Amino acid sequence: MSNRQFPSQYDCVVIGAGHNGLICAALLAQAGRSVLVLEAGAQVGGAAITREFAPGFRVSAGAHLLHLMPADLLRALKLESHGLQWAGQRLPTTALIAGAAALTLSHDAAVQGLSPADAAAFSVYRERMRRFAAAIAPIFSRIPPRLGTNAWPDRLSLLRMAWQIRKLGRSDMRELLRIGGMNVYDLLEENFDSAALKGALGFDAVLGANFGPRSPGTVLTLLYRLAAESAAGNTGLSQPKGGMGALCDALAKAAAAAGAVIRTGSAVDRILVEADRACGVLLDSGERIAAKQVISNADPKTTFLKLLGTADLDAGFVRRVGHIRSQGLAAKIHLALNRLPPFTAVPEAALRGRLLFAPSLSYIEHAYNHAKYGEFSASPTMEITVPSINDATLAPTGKHVLSAIVQYAPYALKQGWDNGRQHFLDTALDAIEALAPGLRGCIVAAEVVTPADMEKQFRGSGGHWHHGDLAFDQILMMRPVPGAAQYRTPLEGLFLCGAGCHPGGGVMGIAGRNAAEQVLRGEATS
Amino acid sequence: MTLSAESHFTQPLLKTPFHERARALSQTDSFIPWAGYTTVDVFTTVEQEYFAIRNATTLYDLTPMVKYRIVGRDALAFLNRLVTRDVGKLKPDRVAYCVWCNDLGRLIDDGTIFRLGESEYRICTAQRQLDWLLDSSIGFEVEVSEVTEQVAALALQGPTSCALLEDLGLAGVERLKLFEIGRFELNSRAVTVSRTGFTGDLGYELWMDPKDAEANWDALMTAGRSRGVRPIGSQALNIARIEAGFLSPNVDFVSADHTIRIGTDRSPLELGLGWLVDFNKGHFTGRRALLEEKRRGPLRQLVGLDIEGNKPAHNALLYANNSGKREIGNVSSAIWSPTCKRNIALAMVDAPYFKVGSTVWAEIYLSRELVWERRMSRAQVVERPFFAPERRRATPPGQF
Repeated sequence: MSNRQFPSQYDCVVIGAGHNGLICAALLAQAGRSVLVLEAGAQVGGAAITREFAPGFRVSAGAHLLHLMPADLLRALKLESHGLQWAGQRLPTTALIAGAAALTLSHDAAVQGLSPADAAAFSVYRERMRRFAAAIAPIFSRIPPRLGTNAWPDRLSLLRMAWQIRKLGRSDMRELLRIGGMNVYDLLEENFDSAALKGALGFDAVLGANFGPRSPGTVLTLLYRLAAESAAGNTGLSQPKGGMGALCDALAKAAAAAGAVIRTGSAVDRILVEADRACGVLLDSGERIAAKQVISNADPKTTFLKLLGTADLDAGFVRRVGHIRSQGLAAKIHLALNRLPPFTAVPEAALRGRLLFAPSLSYIEHAYNHAKYGEFSASPTMEITVPSINDATLAPTGKHVLSAIVQYAPYALKQGWDNGRQHFLDTALDAIEALAPGLRGCIVAAEVVTPADMEKQFRGSGGHWHHGDLAFDQILMMRPVPGAAQYRTPLEGLFLCGAGCHPGGGVMGIAGRNAAEQVLRGEATS
Repeated sequence: MTLSAESHFTQPLLKTPFHERARALSQTDSFIPWAGYTTVDVFTTVEQEYFAIRNATTLYDLTPMVKYRIVGRDALAFLNRLVTRDVGKLKPDRVAYCVWCNDLGRLIDDGTIFRLGESEYRICTAQRQLDWLLDSSIGFEVEVSEVTEQVAALALQGPTSCALLEDLGLAGVERLKLFEIGRFELNSRAVTVSRTGFTGDLGYELWMDPKDAEANWDALMTAGRSRGVRPIGSQALNIARIEAGFLSPNVDFVSADHTIRIGTDRSPLELGLGWLVDFNKGHFTGRRALLEEKRRGPLRQLVGLDIEGNKPAHNALLYANNSGKREIGNVSSAIWSPTCKRNIALAMVDAPYFKVGSTVWAEIYLSRELVWERRMSRAQVVERPFFAPERRRATPPGQF
């Protein structure tokens, strides 16, 4: 590579200081590389930030619970010594039912409030799904194999995947292969009577996805989530003190401690190419920064179609990138409350955790029907947290914050989000009000973050928090597309490290870690 | 893209603007489909038509050639990313033969690019490509539209073709160089003439408004009487193009977009078109794969064969020796060349047998009044083209 135009200042430039970018940067810096992280926003974290949405009220802008980041990764980066504290750990999940007693699924113990038959079936189901998840989990931390090659590492990697499944034993393997292609509706109908239980379990299969419970492949998406939890060490739901932004602040400190330089307010305009390899970036300001490797935490569409541009890519690859399904369907609602939200018949311990409103599988499916036609759900399904109970720093004393993920809210709303925003908020508030009568009277301020807002605020094409649907054709060696599924891209020197790569988003951090491994591996072989 | 509101879907094949004239002259009623049109396979006899290509002049209706208009600020950048050749070197009013590949460096199609203006180009190709062109246009400020039905085209090929155009008053046509475009009037009707063709002989292609098609055909046929003009069909043209060593899609290669079996697609390097691949012009689709293939060396190559005997080696399998045990390739196009008086073929041959001068053996099946015989014929790998007369390039080409 020729550096006549400007001297190379960094080994690696990371575009975007989301959690994956920071993890990748920290690991590369730990390995002795000179690393610069460029963040367009005013603070690090990407979509994993904590921000004030009303005076004195702060909330995690995107995901509000941490459950997928591997424990060994947290330890390796010494995040606790970099200021990460926990406001809550091993939080329970509670299924809400309007006007009735809720169903609580605590971290380890069985579910309370089930019939004996359902309770027995649930314990069998849960153990089996855990075994399946454990069999799938090892693939998360590996660089996926390439398709269509004869290279032994690729073949071995595929064989290893198959061996993990075979190792389950005949009975489990058959069952996994039987259910693997099913939809979650049918699977849960086979197992349980309780509509509330089925709704709560089915919700996890479609959270953040462009699916209803009856969509094909939803058992896979559920297993995928369980496998991600398994890969993280099944540590359960946690809440970082100070919100998700505090996690990223700790990651930034870990990266800086390892020697990485982090610049906020530095938006990358273009990835620079010379002699058919990435050689640096051009900032909005016009500043050029040279680098041996450019690693993009931006989503694949933004990286390839906007930052790099199509001229240096093959047309078929560009077509594949253009076809990545990356339109988000999950919105967030943030409420500033002047007191604890008055949920009916929900004990305080449950209120500290994750509240699901998915009273039955049919309810979720009906909610999804609207999304198929560009409308938001008339009766939405929701994941609600009240993070200020565990973490008093998020709201003024005695006041609270409610953070809800509301589905379905299609990115390309037919009537446009400018027209639909207020109606959407009212619809969601009606649904929450039914569970917590009098809630409306407690609201000091409300914020809606639609997928269109997420696209704008976090610069992610389509506003999808996984940078692309996690579905059978968009996982593993197909994520984000064949030809870029090993964190490398067709352009030498350009890597991806974000949620658009294997194994996906959800504040997991594995993509960033795997990408760092690939960057270092590439150096070793070249 | 323009979508015509015609009811052509109610009929199986479209008619070109020359169809009525061709129908009237057809003695064999031998029509074949080509790209959605009905076109002539043979007017009278293949021999008469072929010899007119090499000894007089011929008219061939090439309206079904698919044509795309490429305009816009990034037209050149788009084309350079699409094809393997450096279109930046193509001057206005010039034509270039090009190929384009998929990401894996496998050939999608070949065709000609006409530079009609500063930033206006036309791609002419045998198969429809709009889907690939539109995909290739993502990220470029360029407008791609199909203009097949808006341009009627006639190939005028043969030694007397230039003289015939001069007879018709196309002053200066004799100064057109090979692959050059000129604009003329034929009885006050605008006609664009390019010195291009598929015969490997002296010849031109005439591009016109479809409403002028019949009048131009009549003018050429009338004025051409003293020049021995004769309309020809696809069969005669096929003999001429094999002598010229030109490739025919779905005969000598199958588009990588259409192959379904592994290993049946072809790269330009394998098809002997390495001279069309410019690795130094910047990125184009398939470049990285082709670089890798070049580094590795081609596994097989399309070559010309000169085969003993006079029986065309249609679809023959090729062997390393006459025991017929080690298969090393197969013939894709074969004819007895009437002009070269040689038994020639185009064939795909494995390494290392594709080197010029190598000997291979062709397994030829002969029907002797429906009794089949198998013959192993010695064949030599030879240079292409088999036939390349000076008049093809000479400017002015001279009177014949």
